Amino acid sequence: MAHAYTPGLKVSTGYLLRKRRILPLRGDVSVTVGQTVLPDDVVARTALPGNAKLVNVAGLLSISPEEVKDAMLKKPGDPVTEGDVIATAKSFFGLFKSVAKADMTGTIEDVNAVTGQVLLRGAPIPVEVRAYVRGTVTEIVPSEGCVVETFGTFVQGIFGIGGETHGRVAMACSSPSQHLTDDLIKPEHKGCVVVGGNLVTAKALKKAIQIGVKAVVSGGFHDQDLKEFLGYDLGVAITGHEKLGVTLVVTEGFGEIDMARKTFDLLAAHVGEECSVNGATQIRAGVIRPEVVIPAPSAKVAATGDTGPKPLEIGSVIRIIRSPYFGRIGKVALLPSEPTVLGSESRARILHVRLENDTEDRVVPRANVEMIED
Amino acid sequence: MAIDPEKINVILATDCGSTTTKAILIQKINGEYRQTHRGEAPTTVEAPFEDVTMGVLNSVTEVGELAGRRLIDENGKIIRPATATEGCDIYISTSSAGGGLQMMVAGVVRKMTAESAERAALGAGSIVMDVICANDNRLPHEQIERIRQLRPDMILLSGGIDGGTKSHVVELAQVIAAANPRPRLGSDYKLPVIYAGNKDAREHIEEELAHKTELFVVDNLRPVLERENLAPAREKIHDLFMEHVMAQAPGYSKLMAMTDAPIMPTPAAVGDILQEIARQQGINAVAVDIGGATTDVFSVFDGEFNRTVSANLGMSYSISNVFAEAGLDNVMRWVPFDMDEVELRNSVKNKMIRPTTIPQDMESLIFEQAIAKEALRLAFIQHKSFATRLKGVQQQRTIGDTFDQSSSGETLVNMLKLDLLVASGGVLSHAPRMSQTALMLIDAFAPEGFTRLAKDSIFMMPHLGVTAQVHPKAATEVFEKDCLIYLGTVVAPTGAPKAGKETGSFEITFADGRVEKGALMAGEIKFFPLGAGETAKMTFSPARGLDVGGGKGAAVTREVHGGTVGLFLDGRGRPLELPTAVADRVRSLTAGMTTLDVYPASALTR
Repeated sequence: MAHAYTPGLKVSTGYLLRKRRILPLRGDVSVTVGQTVLPDDVVARTALPGNAKLVNVAGLLSISPEEVKDAMLKKPGDPVTEGDVIATAKSFFGLFKSVAKADMTGTIEDVNAVTGQVLLRGAPIPVEVRAYVRGTVTEIVPSEGCVVETFGTFVQGIFGIGGETHGRVAMACSSPSQHLTDDLIKPEHKGCVVVGGNLVTAKALKKAIQIGVKAVVSGGFHDQDLKEFLGYDLGVAITGHEKLGVTLVVTEGFGEIDMARKTFDLLAAHVGEECSVNGATQIRAGVIRPEVVIPAPSAKVAATGDTGPKPLEIGSVIRIIRSPYFGRIGKVALLPSEPTVLGSESRARILHVRLENDTEDRVVPRANVEMIED
Repeated sequence: MAIDPEKINVILATDCGSTTTKAILIQKINGEYRQTHRGEAPTTVEAPFEDVTMGVLNSVTEVGELAGRRLIDENGKIIRPATATEGCDIYISTSSAGGGLQMMVAGVVRKMTAESAERAALGAGSIVMDVICANDNRLPHEQIERIRQLRPDMILLSGGIDGGTKSHVVELAQVIAAANPRPRLGSDYKLPVIYAGNKDAREHIEEELAHKTELFVVDNLRPVLERENLAPAREKIHDLFMEHVMAQAPGYSKLMAMTDAPIMPTPAAVGDILQEIARQQGINAVAVDIGGATTDVFSVFDGEFNRTVSANLGMSYSISNVFAEAGLDNVMRWVPFDMDEVELRNSVKNKMIRPTTIPQDMESLIFEQAIAKEALRLAFIQHKSFATRLKGVQQQRTIGDTFDQSSSGETLVNMLKLDLLVASGGVLSHAPRMSQTALMLIDAFAPEGFTRLAKDSIFMMPHLGVTAQVHPKAATEVFEKDCLIYLGTVVAPTGAPKAGKETGSFEITFADGRVEKGALMAGEIKFFPLGAGETAKMTFSPARGLDVGGGKGAAVTREVHGGTVGLFLDGRGRPLELPTAVADRVRSLTAGMTTLDVYPASALTR
């Protein structure tokens, strides 16, 4: 059977991270194995077929679709510039001349005798994939991209918005239980990845955009503020494409939740260091979580890559991820194997947990806890 | 593979879902087929286990252990044929792993050929990502951009009746060719496109698409305006699902070699079994499957089958979307107490980002079931607007039709004629009390007249759908005996009852001769115990203006069936109207929930 608990988010130092940097279509890879790369270095590029437009030549010239081929001044494959006349026809005993013009620059791709339409194709659209993290190219995926490896600190968030960016780590809050309010965002945070505490407000995010902060990392965020910040109510958790001027990584969840002490301390230990951040989140099959990567290429590797989820054991440190103890951290005290009836009257496998600063064990469904992994 | 059905004693069926692979064992016991054991394991289509057969074998191993029957040999092969202690006679499977089958459809007119194409795709078990048509108010370059972005598994192109205009459908082919679409899975093969439009345009369609896509031509799905011919397109979709889409998914070529019949898309299998049952029993039926990401609704009315997928209405991944689409007020109208909005919004988003969590306390359960009612309600609205008579068909009318206002495009879903409503999916199947499942169905679907309620005990409808392909008898026997758990019957007059007045009077004669008589007041829900397998004779005489299936004000006498919950009389009127004042609404909800023993009294009196 499946592990009946959620493997936790990674928060690790001395972590070996492999990032696949792959083009959406086949193209050219511009790096070699062993090469050191910086976040903004282009590692692969290609060109998407250009935008396409259909010109209704038959309609414009008032001729039948079959006559369009004869009326064409250009043939498939010919380049055209916006405004070029591509077809002409004479009407009313040759007294008037109608013209059809290209409404974009590109090439003629197709002339159709059934629809009377001509397909124009614009210039290819260049697509570049950047390294995103400072590291070393360890593998080339021919015609597609490469794998960039880096050692360092890796913090996975639970939810984010905004795409890939990078900047220096700056602490705006002095404790994981402090609100990140707009007055704590200072001009010196320009270009930085700013770390908050238990909550970031929409007002603080707007200030961060004004100042030019690259990314904000916070323990919690109110959904009400998310709605205000995005300008719409987020329905499905597929994010990363937002162009709001700042990337946000929420480490714990929605609401006012202290950032895990370990996460906060780890980020605080790297103040001033360059880090890469991606807010992209997809909570679907093939889940993608937001992340903060702080490369330290010279560091010794203590742990490598994914080793798979660890089993839940007595003594495992867990976080509760649903009410009534949402956000609390504790240690597993007992793991009974038989399902138990919960307060909701559902039967589920449970565990007993001793929460921090608590004197008695609490019962929680195993589905409602996540491991705090090393 | 032709297998003599008489020689089949043990059937093994799996359903590879997006998160869990479920296996069931069907065995012939004393001459009848019964579902005997069930196992499950995580689906393995993603790193680090990119091979679906691993999850299949894990789930089969669990079934084998529970059954005390070795199903897999030392080489990891499913043992066939069955002996007294080992193996099975046939192994079959459905799949929705990797997001299922994702299609785009294109047709000339939205309400006509495009809608027929959409029906064909949905009926074949796909998710329709978008519908492109000549009148969708998008410019060609916007349509082209959309096709490029979505990267479907395949495209179904239709348009024009046979012998009709060609230019519009060829224009659509041009748009598809211009997009030069890339398939979602695998970058080295061409996207399959099925053409099922005007046969006179085939040559031109081939000119446009044959060199850029893998083009398949089948009979027109709307050969004349008055008739749909969806079967050829549906069959081709199934073939391509196997040959192209599944073959690209991790481990599927191995799975295809393991099964004794083609793998079916999960929803197609569910649709097949529902149609089979409706046909055999001569009933109208609706089934719903509410999952984490999507809600599927299936209906069979007068033999016509329809299926819709509400892609972003679900209870975990899509829960936030249900909240966004329904709105706070609509969700809260099902909650018998006040909750703080900021806290509510955060709890919905927290469920979305951690979709596997379950309600631990009663308050969370009540709130989650309130959201489920809205997800089901919205999905059913979509279904009703889609399951319609053919649009654009001119109707010949006689003098006798003068007062019949029905027109083309009218919904086929007539709730007064619905006989059976079947629930499946986690929130419905695993609700701690059966009365909760019943109330979710009643509140969300608002059944009218006399309607039987049931739930799929362990969500085995997909398995039975694929079993029906090879052994219809086994499938229907198991469906009747092991799949459905009947909850009871709901009787609800349709129309707007007057506050404080009777909606009608009833007389129920139970099998033991006991008689219950009374009046059903407006806004009231009454409940009578009537056990599984029990029946009673009931007469309902609706008040003037109200209807229970016999016409306004006309009494109806029917045999009503019991179930694990019993018999409900719902006097809240149809369309369902809840009191608008908060205090009245809470009082009415609390009364109904108390009558039906839906939640413990302590949860309703906080």
